[in-house]
Amino acid sequence: MIARYALRLGALGYLALLLLVPVGLVFYRTFEHGFHPAWAAVTNPQAQHALWMTLIIAGIAVPLNTLFGVVLAIALVRHRFPGRGLVNAIVDLPLALSPVVVGLALYLLYGTGGWLNTLSQHGIKILFSLTGMTLATIFISLPFVVREVVPVLREVGTDQEQAAETLGAAAFTTFRRITLPAIRWAVGYGVVLTTARAIGEFGAVSVVSGRIEGKTETLPLYVQSQFEGFNTTGAFAASVLLALIALITVLGMRLFRPTEEA
Amino acid sequence: MGITVVEVTKQFGDFVALDDVSVAIPEGSLTALLGPSGSGKSTLLRVIAGLEDPDSGQVLLGDDDVTDQPARSRGVGMVFQHYAAFKHMTVWDNVAFGLTIRKRPRAEIKQRVHELLELVQLEGLAKRYPAQLSGGQRQRMALARALAVEPQVLLLDEPFGALDARVRKELRAWLRRLHEEVHVTTIIVTHDQEEAMEVAGQIALINQGRVEQVGTPRELYESPANEFVMSFVGPVNRIGETFVRPRDIDLSLEPDSDAEEAMVERVVHLGFEVRAELVRHDGQHLLAQLTQEEVEALELERGLIVYVKPSRQTVFTP
Repeated sequence: MIARYALRLGALGYLALLLLVPVGLVFYRTFEHGFHPAWAAVTNPQAQHALWMTLIIAGIAVPLNTLFGVVLAIALVRHRFPGRGLVNAIVDLPLALSPVVVGLALYLLYGTGGWLNTLSQHGIKILFSLTGMTLATIFISLPFVVREVVPVLREVGTDQEQAAETLGAAAFTTFRRITLPAIRWAVGYGVVLTTARAIGEFGAVSVVSGRIEGKTETLPLYVQSQFEGFNTTGAFAASVLLALIALITVLGMRLFRPTEEA
Repeated sequence: MGITVVEVTKQFGDFVALDDVSVAIPEGSLTALLGPSGSGKSTLLRVIAGLEDPDSGQVLLGDDDVTDQPARSRGVGMVFQHYAAFKHMTVWDNVAFGLTIRKRPRAEIKQRVHELLELVQLEGLAKRYPAQLSGGQRQRMALARALAVEPQVLLLDEPFGALDARVRKELRAWLRRLHEEVHVTTIIVTHDQEEAMEVAGQIALINQGRVEQVGTPRELYESPANEFVMSFVGPVNRIGETFVRPRDIDLSLEPDSDAEEAMVERVVHLGFEVRAELVRHDGQHLLAQLTQEEVEALELERGLIVYVKPSRQTVFTP
């Protein structure tokens, strides 16, 4: 009995100390001088622009990685093709690499002397622009949907899909009516993780963006720049904004929770 | 619609699942594909369904060669061992699936699903989800779902394999009655010879990817084509090169010139039927099947010396 309570207390204490206290402190410091300074800090043009950049990048990266992630997961689980093992390993690469390295890799690829530098000579600007930052974010947040969906697809098996097939369902009908509902929750959870990563990404985006204030600055970069400029209220307020976006995503995804399975 | 399988071969890597298999399933029959696990019987069923492509050979439904047709256009109804229930759909939606994707009029779907749920005795459970059903109910739902699209043939892949013994027995009897009512050509895959004999009018016994014998349950039991068939369709005593069914061993308390002496090792009462385990003086073990009355007349018990004589025996000449 005592052991059980001790275990709970330990787990909760750990959570509180390492997660709740620091995050709570950010909230406290944000609203320390009331609501108005915080509001002003997140409504100034530079902050607004950073918020937009973050939303646009996530708005492109998340749907793309969701679509691609589901297709990739199905390919990995349901099909046998040469190089399958390699693809499986490559999917994990963004998790294994430090984001800064990812940023540097893109920098080398598109920057002066890089293999794809010719693109910029033809007027297509990758580095220090929204395009490069989006590419970096897609790269970094690629594995989450795949990794969530693969085990669920395996677990579900092919029985239901084959049953649908014998009942006359074409491939896409089977996917829409049978496979997708079965992996819905996994996709939803993958989207939450992808979104969290996409809006929070700092390292890779920082390298490729060039960090031009009011131009190529996302919210996390803005937080950093404000913090370095001793505008702590601005930094904290933007942090709270980031946390709120994450919260909205999580709540939104709860709508996908399966209701019927026992 | 009859089913004809012509010289079908299927390999998985080095493993030969089906080796030049030909079999004809008459229209309207209920045929069992019987065999030990790994014999290829499920693969044969999946080839007929179109879920597996044969390496060579043909599958005909009626007079149509469907070998190159995908499963979805073959008009087969399939029931899987582990139900393959659509977990996120209600019983009603599961059964209606085949009709819904064919975009049939609502009124028609409603009427048809009603009829089917009545047929499989699940009328009251239409709004339940598969997780809220018992195994037997789930399998009946799967059957209704397969029947909804009015398949030309019904394929059952070890349909009662995952159910407990009592439910299995019930469903077997129920399936037989259903077949008499619906009369669609049906194949049931099973590894249980008792199930095959009880349910099917015709049995194809399969072993190591080959068809050993096709016939009625009685033909398989009475005149087995070879040693494998004989030992698979019922218990058998092997004495040297001769095979004797336990039922065909006569026991007597009096010595006889052509009877052998044996000692009773164990008497097992299975209700009306009694099994006696015997050992001959030369060490040969024998299984004899008797009725309760015979056992009482002989006062059979452990340690008793009896004289045994096969009343009927089979020798296979290679």
